[in-house]
Amino acid sequence: MDDQESKPALQVSRREFVEVAVVSGLAAGVPAAAQTPEIKPRIVNCTFTINKQKQELQIDPRVTLLDLLREHLKLTGTKKGCDHGQCGACTVLVDGRRINSCLTLAIMQNGREITTIEGLAAGSQLHPMQTAFIEHDGFQCGYCTPGQVCSAVALLDEVKAGAPSAVTPRMGEIRPIELSDDEIRERMSGNICRCGAYEGIVAAVREAAGRRRV
Amino acid sequence: MKPFSYFCPATVDEAIQGYGEAQETRFIGGGTNLLDLMKMGVERPAHLIDIGRLPLMKISPHGDGVRIGALISNTDAANHELIRTRYPVLTEAILAGASPQLRNMATMGGNLLQRTRCYYFYDPSYQECNKRTPGSGCAAIDGYNRIHAVLGQSPQCIAVHPSDMCVALTALDAVVQVKGPHGERSINMTEFHRLPGDTPQVETNLQSGELITAIDLPSIPYGKQSHYLKIRDRHSYAFALVSVAVVLDADEDGTMRHVRIALGGVAHKPWRATKAEKALTGEKADKKTLRAAAEEELADAHGYEHNSFKIELAKRAIVRAVTTVVGGQQNG
Ligand SMILES: Cc1cc2nc3c(=O)[nH]c(=O)nc-3n(C[C@H](O)[C@H](O)[C@H](O)COP(=O)(O)OP(=O)(O)OC[C@H]3O[C@@H](n4cnc5c(N)ncnc54)[C@H](O)[C@@H]3O)c2cc1C
Ligand code: FES
Ligand code: FES
Repeated sequence: MDDQESKPALQVSRREFVEVAVVSGLAAGVPAAAQTPEIKPRIVNCTFTINKQKQELQIDPRVTLLDLLREHLKLTGTKKGCDHGQCGACTVLVDGRRINSCLTLAIMQNGREITTIEGLAAGSQLHPMQTAFIEHDGFQCGYCTPGQVCSAVALLDEVKAGAPSAVTPRMGEIRPIELSDDEIRERMSGNICRCGAYEGIVAAVREAAGRRRV
Repeated sequence: MKPFSYFCPATVDEAIQGYGEAQETRFIGGGTNLLDLMKMGVERPAHLIDIGRLPLMKISPHGDGVRIGALISNTDAANHELIRTRYPVLTEAILAGASPQLRNMATMGGNLLQRTRCYYFYDPSYQECNKRTPGSGCAAIDGYNRIHAVLGQSPQCIAVHPSDMCVALTALDAVVQVKGPHGERSINMTEFHRLPGDTPQVETNLQSGELITAIDLPSIPYGKQSHYLKIRDRHSYAFALVSVAVVLDADEDGTMRHVRIALGGVAHKPWRATKAEKALTGEKADKKTLRAAAEEELADAHGYEHNSFKIELAKRAIVRAVTTVVGGQQNG
């Protein structure tokens, strides 16, 4: 990733930006102390590829990616738990990497490819990670599950790429990752499950990774 | 959330010009801290400059050291071969923080500038906070202060800097490269963050409108003899109560030629433990010497109702972290 080309910047030109910055007339009737320049919410054009479908959207820059998915696109598989990055329920994949969709503005992901839980299955064929969660009872109420599954899908790619975690021994040496249960727990720690289905979650990830209990 | 204008520049100069003189402008990197604070109403920018597409995404050899672009994600920095093989303490520290999802989003520059997790700062329904409203007081001093500072605090503020990454960067003597309306300059990591004093709202020596462009790591031949020890309430996905970054050069017989130690979770800035370093240089790492050095470092520490445990915890953490490295048990 270190040589990543910077993608073209969003088409809000500097001229437009300055224009917005100048829309700061004083609101009539507001006491002097409370007068802050007012910025009008402005709608911006964005393009995303969401679950392989190209979408051209007009959005308020304040909308988070999570709210865009749930409230605007009705992709309600992605869940809102805490809305502050503390639970992982909102985990989605952006250009294949897992992120918390509650802590990014949709506009910041303009042009990118987004995969949600709705986009993992191929038609009626579940993603192997979804199947493994079902087989190992990796959930109870299911609220955290879409985030857990998206997270686990990315986890396998990270392990394949050799990315270390906080419990990887000798991380200063570059070598393949041994995906022990401790590794799975640490790598899944960004997803909280209030039902405590962790045993099943670890088992599901272990199986999807094609490993035995270590 | 208060409406804001949004601008996504393609070049560093556009970003700096876009910032202009505006008081209420913020750069946004990964957004994991700024957006959170905007939702809480602590940050209320009128203009957002999204620096996420700036060409500051390289890690490369730089002289004898390594330069890390400011927009590199925490994940990519931790995973990079140059960092893992030369500065594994930085990999350890980054991976000890937050979660995989957050580290994928978080940038190096944003991590440097993340704000304190003091509950009273984070929640504007508390009126007293000298960081949010200078002169309003500090609700933590007589409040619930379990996560707060024991070193270098002031009667105005006892908040701590929450970053893990910054503790390792402090031990490594990193240099922060910045560019602003008046040109470029370098700030040593130890000078980057400030103690609270009478102006806890001024947290760093960065000037308004200055953009962090890179972090430079100097060559440290013994960089592999290092360890980051983080102590927290749960095993993962929790901020540090106390943490220690150690980088040292020890002989076969355990005599320490060079010692670098930094502490996290104890002060308003990553705390370079210069007293302990001095006490240990040239000495053998036996229990008694280590304990004495830790005592000396924490001699001026001062605790409050709920956080005095940090003083003893920090001493023991220093002893354990150094022992781990000298014994060759580190993760690096
Ligand atoms: C639930 C949770 C748990 C966490 N746990 C940990 C933990 O255990 N350890 C830890 O260390 N951290 C932890 N974090 C914090 C996380 O590491 C930071 O939020 C992150 O590093 C901030 O980076 P960012 O790019 O998202 O910053 P942003 O939110 O984009 O920005 C933060 C600040 O930096 C400024 N800024 C950003 N980039 C630049 C630049 N290049 N130049 C000038 N100014 C800039 C912004 O204006 C803003 O003021 C946690 C966060 C969350 C939400
Ligand atoms: S809803 Fe995003 S992390 Fe909890
Ligand atoms: S299954 Fe209920 S929260 Fe995880």
